[in-house]
Amino acid sequence: MTMRVECHPVLGNLENQRRITIYYDDQAYQAYEGDTIASAMMAEGVKTLRYHEVSGKGRGVYCNIGHCFECRVCVNEEKIVRACLTPVSEGMRIHSLS
Amino acid sequence: MSDLLIIGAGPAGLSAAIAAAEEGLSVTVIDEFPKAGGRLLGQLHQEPNGEWWNGIQKGEQLSQRAHQLGVTIQCEVSVYDISQSKNGWEVYTTRGEYKAEKLLLATGATESPIPVKGWTLPGVMTIGAAQIMGNVHRVKPGNSCIIIGANVLSMAIANELKLCGVNVKEIIIPKADITSNEAGNPEQVLSSLMRLTHLAPTPILRQLGKIGKMVHPKIAIRLFPKKGIRMFDIPLRLKTAALEIVGDRFATGVRTVNIKANGEIDHTSEKVVDADFVCIAGGLTPLSELASIIGCSFKYIPELGGHVPVHNEQMQTNIPGLYVAGNITGIESAKVAMAQGRVAGLAIAADITNDWEQMETSINKAIENVNITRDKALIQFHPGISDARKKFYQKSEVNLTQISKIKKREA
Ligand SMILES: Cc1cc2nc3c(=O)[nH]c(=O)nc-3n(C[C@H](O)[C@H](O)[C@H](O)COP(=O)(O)OP(=O)(O)OC[C@H]3O[C@@H](n4cnc5c(N)ncnc54)[C@H](O)[C@@H]3O)c2cc1C
Ligand code: FES
Repeated sequence: MTMRVECHPVLGNLENQRRITIYYDDQAYQAYEGDTIASAMMAEGVKTLRYHEVSGKGRGVYCNIGHCFECRVCVNEEKIVRACLTPVSEGMRIHSLS
Repeated sequence: MSDLLIIGAGPAGLSAAIAAAEEGLSVTVIDEFPKAGGRLLGQLHQEPNGEWWNGIQKGEQLSQRAHQLGVTIQCEVSVYDISQSKNGWEVYTTRGEYKAEKLLLATGATESPIPVKGWTLPGVMTIGAAQIMGNVHRVKPGNSCIIIGANVLSMAIANELKLCGVNVKEIIIPKADITSNEAGNPEQVLSSLMRLTHLAPTPILRQLGKIGKMVHPKIAIRLFPKKGIRMFDIPLRLKTAALEIVGDRFATGVRTVNIKANGEIDHTSEKVVDADFVCIAGGLTPLSELASIIGCSFKYIPELGGHVPVHNEQMQTNIPGLYVAGNITGIESAKVAMAQGRVAGLAIAADITNDWEQMETSINKAIENVNITRDKALIQFHPGISDARKKFYQKSEVNLTQISKIKKREA
């Protein structure tokens, strides 16, 4: 189920979005070009982006603008980034941290 | 090396870039968000004349104008350190080092947390996070939500979420404790809503503003219905408190309870209200870490949202060559941030050319425009902003004429 706001009474409708495929923990997901990792995963209904180092409990987007660092994920097995500030790209491989 | 480096491509930073570039300065703007516009991007509210304030459009207009004037705007660049050098500033970022003669911090605001029990569950986010998800990324964090924290921002965004198709079940307040402070006290919440301007962006806020002039909050909160009042058809319940956000792997609802006017809990009324996601609205505070790294002096001014870097009306801080504009100087609406940005851009141009006299008229006009914009602002985040600003600037340790006198002597 997608959570996209396709139609909006003031902002208008989403049109001509280019679809791309990204991988989160080795599973394929559809995203729109221009999404951040955070918005792409939220649109697909995935709320948990990592697991706390000590308690093992899930964590997800909290501030969505780069302030809280709760949304850390690993991209292409090399870089740890904030999901809410990082745009998706075709074939991007994202892994949750634990 | 640019004449001017601006950190933050929000309304303040972009407006400063435009003003400075119009005066012939070479300007670079950097921002860590993927798109220029800052927090303007999420904003969407109706002005009293019925027109919509569409932040995405406003942001695009500002970026376009800046591009036309030759301003370089670079997104996805995070600043983590700054040092002052002989010729100006060195700024360390995730994309390398930037150098500039003058530096403007326009980093905006951040949301204050209210650590309600259960707030780390996935599906709990700040009210601003939900705003940006819906209006900017066009994604709903869920189909239904509960908002904890009743203030001007949460009330405006509740309606925006509704426009995105979210069922906003209720706006309630956090349980009173040492972390929620006034946000958990029904009387104080109502009192601060009632001190809002009569121009506020929702009819109910305007009404509260009018009532506030006649009725004492102590009495008003006693009369406030237990079931709440409706705003945009969303229940605003100041006598319902959140005890805990519940859920196993992610948030599934909020355990709530009825409270009396003084915050006293009626435990028999405890229940769980289901929701797909939960927003926490703790209010805004200036995002000023970079100014403290540099060693700027600070002052605590509650009306401005917390600690602000000491600065004068020309937006100069107590550190020569360092300027501030926008919400880093106090929490106000985007229009005020834009007006302040223009002042900073002009003042920096005067500073670089060392020609304050030539620029004096235009700087003073820009300052006057900040005051007019402030008085007409629809959204006032805290009561008493104008007076607090006036007092602050009168006492300001940063005196422009002194600085320019020193400069002339040096020359
Ligand atoms: C979540 C949120 C929602 C808001 N919603 C509303 C609203 O609906 N209506 C309203 O009137 N006001 C709202 N505001 C208030 C808002 O701050 C002002 O309206 C206005 O946007 C302030 O402009 P500014 O230029 O000072 O800062 P901003 O618009 O916040 O822009 C600052 C920019 O600086 C960047 N930045 C910060 N630190 C760094 C760094 N270290 N490195 C690189 N870049 C950095 C940020 O990414 C951001 O883009 C909101 C504020 C927040 C935080
Ligand atoms: S959600 Fe806060 S940094 Fe990404």
